[in-house]
Amino acid sequence: MSTRHILIAGLLGLLGLAFWHLAADYLPDAALNPTAAYYAAHAADQTGAPNLVTGIIITWRGLDTLGEVTVLFLTSAIVALVLAQSKAPAGAAGPGFLPAGELLATGTRMLLPLIALFGAYVIANGHLSPGGGFQGGAVLASGVLLALLAQPRMRIGHALLARVESVSGLGYILVGLAGLAFASGFLDTAFLPLGRFGALLSAGAIPLISVLIGLKVGAEFATILQSLEEGEDAAQEEDAA
Amino acid sequence: MIALALFTGFALILLGLYGALTNRDLIRMIVAFTIADTGVNVVLVAVGYLPGRTAPILDAAVPVAEAAARVIDPVPQALVLTAIVIGLGVTALMLAYAWRLFRARGSLDISDFTELKW
Repeated sequence: MSTRHILIAGLLGLLGLAFWHLAADYLPDAALNPTAAYYAAHAADQTGAPNLVTGIIITWRGLDTLGEVTVLFLTSAIVALVLAQSKAPAGAAGPGFLPAGELLATGTRMLLPLIALFGAYVIANGHLSPGGGFQGGAVLASGVLLALLAQPRMRIGHALLARVESVSGLGYILVGLAGLAFASGFLDTAFLPLGRFGALLSAGAIPLISVLIGLKVGAEFATILQSLEEGEDAAQEEDAA
Repeated sequence: MIALALFTGFALILLGLYGALTNRDLIRMIVAFTIADTGVNVVLVAVGYLPGRTAPILDAAVPVAEAAARVIDPVPQALVLTAIVIGLGVTALMLAYAWRLFRARGSLDISDFTELKW
């Protein structure tokens, strides 16, 4: 235990004391606060989405979600930029890769279609059950990760990923503008008919936006994963040289 | 139950901060930050919980008319969904920078990087 450790432990002890007071005196609300009560009361007639969280994320706070998607895009761009200088020549993988084991290779072949299907399900049912574009996109990207683990040499074209991402991003903005033109404001999803409450094709443009977000998030995560994988390629090229 | 979730969340935050401050290895620091991140999310979700209520999804069990009296606060959940995604982005960025540092210096030990030290 150096002085540094004691200092850190003391500071965190003070922070823990503050947390203790917050948690010990905490009394849960008896009723929803006005904002949440409004969301709960108007989910059916304003968004048509039974899942309140999706209704908040995509319709009421749609602008925040657009910003969030932008942050994610920035992240994937910066990761690619930071790792770009250690990029391996196109098509070349490092010689040092161990081949993936039998279990991983076979398991990937079996699981990949299921993961893709599950991702699509989570995206498509985002307005009905827990899920949505972000979760489904992450599921899709986990499939990409599994494929990268099983076949370290596999590459999805950067051009393809970039195109999927920019087309879905542009589509998101266009849907938002359609809300401005045909409904009450930017990213208002009610310009399409709300449909029967609880049906798969309902809730106006929410499923459409979920699909666009899912594709965009999946493409961004895949770009990040692939950038990290390519950095590894370059290191092994250099070690071999 | 809320108290349990709150204390777990706060404990995770403290644990993560302690790990980030005492470890010298960059990868361990990044792991510690993600633990603190998880703690913040647990606390936020716990604050949105109301005793005796159910998930904010309207179905046969939670009719629209009674929604406001039956469901927990959906706003912290939406907030945490955002926080998880942003946390993932931050983690990816930290890993990328750690990788660049390792490529440039051949070390992941924070005490080898003294340029910004004063």
